[in-house]
Amino acid sequence: MNFETVVFYVFAALAVIAASRVVTARNPVHAALFLVLAFCSMAGVWILLEAEFLAITLVLVYVGAVMVLFLFVVMMLDINLVQLREGFWRWLPFGAVLAGLMAFEMIWVLGSSKISGGKEVIKHAADYSNTKELGRLIYTDYVYPFEIAAVILLVAMVAAIALTSRRRKDAKSQVVPEQVAVRKADRLRVVKMSAEKHAQKSDSTAGVAQ
Amino acid sequence: MIVLSDFLILGAVIFCMGVAGILFKRKNIINVLMAIELMLLAVNTNFIAFSHYRGDPAGQIFVFFILVVAAAEAAIGLAIVVLLFRNRQTIEVADWTELKG
Repeated sequence: MNFETVVFYVFAALAVIAASRVVTARNPVHAALFLVLAFCSMAGVWILLEAEFLAITLVLVYVGAVMVLFLFVVMMLDINLVQLREGFWRWLPFGAVLAGLMAFEMIWVLGSSKISGGKEVIKHAADYSNTKELGRLIYTDYVYPFEIAAVILLVAMVAAIALTSRRRKDAKSQVVPEQVAVRKADRLRVVKMSAEKHAQKSDSTAGVAQ
Repeated sequence: MIVLSDFLILGAVIFCMGVAGILFKRKNIINVLMAIELMLLAVNTNFIAFSHYRGDPAGQIFVFFILVVAAAEAAIGLAIVVLLFRNRQTIEVADWTELKG
């Protein structure tokens, strides 16, 4: 039982416990926080698999952005917790049996077969950079999918803002076609008036006379 | 020694928990979204485990793209949840029956 095995089992146990609490927690805020714990534990497992870049991305992007978004939404909405718990016990036996059967089948197949053949993985050298390797692949072989991913993020951002932005009723905005179509006569009024001898300070047309 | 099937079994267990979460918490749509995130996490773990044991970093590229799409999905899904809550004052899935699906 070497160090890596211990690390794997500790992180795997933490991830499984956190995942089980995500699906059973009474409060959605607790569920979101347990999901954060599950993500962090799985990031540890990913580092064990020498996927450092993705592990750090998981923590930064998922824990740092997506889960914070979840927490914002959970806290913003005024949720009736009692009402939302109603179907829990009715669906518990069915869900537990279904998930248990699926897990049993997969563990049975994966545990008994010789998928890995028990072969030892060749560890990379100390100067091997996972980030550099991924960057090389993304910007050469996978450059078009990478750009499509960027477009997907842009579309998602525009969609999220467009869906949730609420226009104020008294908001003032610019109407460009009307601005362009305006003519001189609409805005400018030439006033004909007789000249006066002494300019008066209180006169609104001061400066015109004299 | 940890072999490939250990990681695959971990992924399978977490995936099944995500499936169970969708069934347990099917009233609250935010919990359903969280269960989907859990399932995606399990799938990503499988990708990375295969990538590591086959010595091919292409699997990690796929995980990268799955992360991108999952982030977009979470953002749009939560935006729709906020919009529906604003109009209906509830996040119960059973109450949204306009589309008669």
